[in-house]
Amino acid sequence: MSESSGVQPALRVRQQAPSSPGLWTHGVHIIAENPVTGLAFGLFTLIVFAALFGPMIAPFDPLASNTAEALKGPTRVHWFGTDQLGRDIFSRVLVATRLDFTIAIASVALVFFLGGLAGVTAGYFGGWVDKLVGRIADTIMAFPLFVLAMGIVAALGNSVTNIIIATAIINFPLYARVARAEANVRREAGFVQAARLAGNSEWRLLLTQIVPNIMPIMAVQMSLTMGYAILNAAGLSFIGLGVRPPTPEWGIMVAEGASFIVSGEWWIAFFPGLALMIAVFCFNLLGDGVRDLIDPQRRT
Amino acid sequence: MITRRTALAAGLAAPFIARSTANAQSVGRNETLLLVQEYGPNSLDMQGIGSSQPVNGVALNCYDRLLRFKPVPIPSGGGNTIAMTEIEGELAESWQVASDGMSCTFKLRNATFHSGRPVTARDVKWSLDRAVSIGGFATTQMNAGSLEKAEQFVALDDKTFRVDFIRKDKLTMPNLAVTIPFVFDSELAIANSGGDPWAKEWLKNNVAGSGAFKVESWKPGVETIYTRHDAWTSGKLPTLRRVIARDIASPSTRRALIERGDADISYGLPPKDFKDLLDAGKINVVGVPIPNGVWGLYLNTATGPFTDVRLRQAAAWAMPYEKMLQASLFGRGIDMSGGPATPKVAWPQPYPYKTDVAKAKALVDAAAPGGLSTTLLFDAGNATVAEPMAVLIKEAMAGIGINIEISKVPGANFRGEISKKTNPMVLNRFAGWLDYPDYYLFWTMHGNNSIFNIASYQNPALDKLVDEARFTSDKAVYERSVVDFVSLVSREVPMIPLAQPTHDVAMQKNIGGYQFQPCREPDFRYLTKA
Amino acid sequence: MLRLIGARLLTTIPSIIGVIIVTFLLTRVLPGDTAAYFAGPTASPKAIAEIRSKLGLDQPLPQQFASYVAALVKGDLGQSLTTGQPVTRDIAARLPASAELTLCGLLLAMSVALPLGVLAAVRQGSWIDHLCRIIATAGVSLPVFFTGLLLVFVFYFILGWSPAPLGRLDVFLSEPPRVTGFLLIDTLLAGDFPAFRAAIAQLILPAVTLGIFSLAPITRMTRASMLAVLGADFVRTARASGLSSGKVIGVYAFRNAMLPVVTTLGMVFSFLLGANVLVEKVFAWPGIGSYAVEALIASDYAPIQGFVLTMAVMYVMLNLLIDLLYGFIDPRVRLEG
Repeated sequence: MSESSGVQPALRVRQQAPSSPGLWTHGVHIIAENPVTGLAFGLFTLIVFAALFGPMIAPFDPLASNTAEALKGPTRVHWFGTDQLGRDIFSRVLVATRLDFTIAIASVALVFFLGGLAGVTAGYFGGWVDKLVGRIADTIMAFPLFVLAMGIVAALGNSVTNIIIATAIINFPLYARVARAEANVRREAGFVQAARLAGNSEWRLLLTQIVPNIMPIMAVQMSLTMGYAILNAAGLSFIGLGVRPPTPEWGIMVAEGASFIVSGEWWIAFFPGLALMIAVFCFNLLGDGVRDLIDPQRRT
Repeated sequence: MITRRTALAAGLAAPFIARSTANAQSVGRNETLLLVQEYGPNSLDMQGIGSSQPVNGVALNCYDRLLRFKPVPIPSGGGNTIAMTEIEGELAESWQVASDGMSCTFKLRNATFHSGRPVTARDVKWSLDRAVSIGGFATTQMNAGSLEKAEQFVALDDKTFRVDFIRKDKLTMPNLAVTIPFVFDSELAIANSGGDPWAKEWLKNNVAGSGAFKVESWKPGVETIYTRHDAWTSGKLPTLRRVIARDIASPSTRRALIERGDADISYGLPPKDFKDLLDAGKINVVGVPIPNGVWGLYLNTATGPFTDVRLRQAAAWAMPYEKMLQASLFGRGIDMSGGPATPKVAWPQPYPYKTDVAKAKALVDAAAPGGLSTTLLFDAGNATVAEPMAVLIKEAMAGIGINIEISKVPGANFRGEISKKTNPMVLNRFAGWLDYPDYYLFWTMHGNNSIFNIASYQNPALDKLVDEARFTSDKAVYERSVVDFVSLVSREVPMIPLAQPTHDVAMQKNIGGYQFQPCREPDFRYLTKA
Repeated sequence: MLRLIGARLLTTIPSIIGVIIVTFLLTRVLPGDTAAYFAGPTASPKAIAEIRSKLGLDQPLPQQFASYVAALVKGDLGQSLTTGQPVTRDIAARLPASAELTLCGLLLAMSVALPLGVLAAVRQGSWIDHLCRIIATAGVSLPVFFTGLLLVFVFYFILGWSPAPLGRLDVFLSEPPRVTGFLLIDTLLAGDFPAFRAAIAQLILPAVTLGIFSLAPITRMTRASMLAVLGADFVRTARASGLSSGKVIGVYAFRNAMLPVVTTLGMVFSFLLGANVLVEKVFAWPGIGSYAVEALIASDYAPIQGFVLTMAVMYVMLNLLIDLLYGFIDPRVRLEG
């Protein structure tokens, strides 16, 4: 940091971090100090692998019915058993990973973009923009969120896109508020003032100075809400507002299997439920891990 | 602030509460029946607009009609069902059809309303007038039996009542026995009507009948409690003194309750649960193939790919009938494939198609060589059965080059969709209350194009045959037209019958006297608990 | 003080208006045809049209909205078509059920989460800390409908320890006279101990299901706020002056750490009240969540609007209450208009 002039120390540290060996050591240190985070990273790798290669390595066609083999418990052939139509649950759980992962990532990316942008603009410019964004966020927060998501999907129709949109909307206030607070704190910071004096336009300042600086905080927010996004999608599926059958998706598989639990065919709901739980668990722990890495002060 | 009125109300309510608690304790467990069902009534007035399916149960148990269907044994045992032609008197002690066959005179028995007032012909007149003029479902159902105008109903004296026919219609008498034309205590209703000639608002929340049961308490969406009307004379006094009907949305919970002996009787379980309970043998399961009911795949004949009859026939050859019956209905139904070339006088009945992929493929190759893509719609409320069926249909149709996207929509949305009549494929179950083939086809394939003619099928030749069967009194003509129209629609296949479902009820071994009714609601009047 | 409350309430008005408008529009774009649905099977187009005009659905949208707002001002939330009752009556009857369940769930969660959070903070970095984090995270990772089903299967169906998941009270017991609507309180007021016991038995599984889900936020907030307080000067001073570690943690640290926890509790409560939709569905709980879901599936507008509005108002009131409480506990916090 020899060239640091003291104008923007905070920025320097954060901008350098991704490429410096410091982060790697820091990461290793965090995992060593916190084995739970290590576990989460391990699980995450597994999930990404399943999302990428699931359809290729699935032992059966996840959509092919085989009514002769219907409702069989876990065996050596069907590791997780078979469902009402004789489909292989292991293959379905595996293949579903990609869809659930996509829903989570897409909804989080969408709200990151919309909420982040709205929040940053509000926090940076203040005034009526700030008021407007604040009101929108307040209004959304006043809704019972899950019911709002249900209403949105019911109104727009059952589809993956609409689940993603609904999940993004209910997370909007969270992102907008964090981004607003961060931008607000930084708008009069030394390094921004300096750039402003150098003749940059306000929008340029916003995009080049503010946005890169609040990225890490937003990244923490993203990893923390990933799990919630999956749970939300699964809850919608459980109510019957999910993806279209026969597409494998964890939430809908649990919903379908739910009616079989009482008759003793526990595996139909159990394994997708387990996959769902592990994924959300992993995202939540990972969220903590990412925060420890980027923003240690906020750890709770 | 306590006003005199609230204090008075509290004073009045207190002894009432005390008494009802005492009452509840004095009625023993073996005189109390606990029924679990998916959802309960949204009104107490089945004639009112927007009444849900379970309101039929209130009409059945808390009100009397002139006539009722006579119990006839279920062939496979377990209780009684009904037959369209076997009718007995309920409020009517006797009745006589006029020699010209254009009217029927009823002699009323000595019956009393819950209020203690005797039932008179004026009450019958008011109630039937109400049914034909209130609009909505009640009026539609009355019209189905050629009961259309208030002038048709004549109170001759206190105990004599006449119905004039506008045409000879074999559905008129059975239609007087369904749940709609029930009899209100008209004086009580009018006294509480608040100016509305049909006392709609008051009757929605209050029972004013002469039926075997009264409603002791009704918590919409939670439970309905019935107590016996001890002065009921329109039939053998029920042995049950109290019935608690609980609304339990989750089918697993309903199954667990019956399996563990906490509930006496359970309606509306998924077919799988009925099969399991039957196999386990600890619980009695009584199944009646739903008269005039069938799961069908409707193929739109007016728009979309299935306007080509070859593709409709291809679909009929491609259906995995046996697989659907096993994996979706768990055997709780009757296969509708592989029927004889010449149909019988019956409905529903198997069409001559059976699963034959080669035949189906050949027809598709001829009609749409490149294959095609389309959508299949069903009601999310039917998902337990319809969804696995739809998935199997999708898989089977993919095998003959027809790609299907499944669209599962909630009930309110489904009605909207089918009324548009633009969906190429719709999976639906329709059951008619009055068990006649012509009645079924009148609703589902006739040119009057009712909402249930989902395939939008229009064929004057069919209309002629159906109308002929409806109004003829000549048995031979009737049978010939039924055979003709069934073979016509099995060639044209606007609807592929998939399976006739069974209406199942699960009950503890100590419950007897099960009675199936066309409205498919529980009839407490015959049930016994040992 | 009153003026402050008034000023605070004024600021919430725009979001309530926003909620009313959004809910109204959202319910109107629901794709279902309410009139056709409630006309029932075999309804003629004429019958459907009659129902549509009876429900006022044939009016243009602005007019529908105007009559909705006019009724709302009079405290009339409309009629539910599924239950056939006025929505206000339905909600008044069902809200106590949801509130009782949610409160019990929250109390259960607190009884586990608070000690766990404190322990994790005191033994920061130890295996207890990790375990606490895993437990809390696992709880929030479980889909509530799945937990509920699993609990029913194990405790009712296999073990038979728990009564049938049949709502709030055993069917053969009659409900006590309604005073608060909370069965646990009403049964005690009536001196009806068997009913009290039955009500508790019915409540346990759904409350545990909700409790598990709300463990995480409470544990985390307790832990974080304890950590902050433990590092504060006054705690160090207390330690330095030779007070026992138990006393320092229990009296000085814990009490001060409670402030942010109270805020979290308020948030969790209002979140749970809306989120127990799924739990109510699994346990046949006659609360407002299951009411809203059924209405949504049937495109029954009035109950959805009523439910959302009730929840929004409760959310606002709760936040206000917490702010007031906060200012009361800690005079340094100033209430801003």
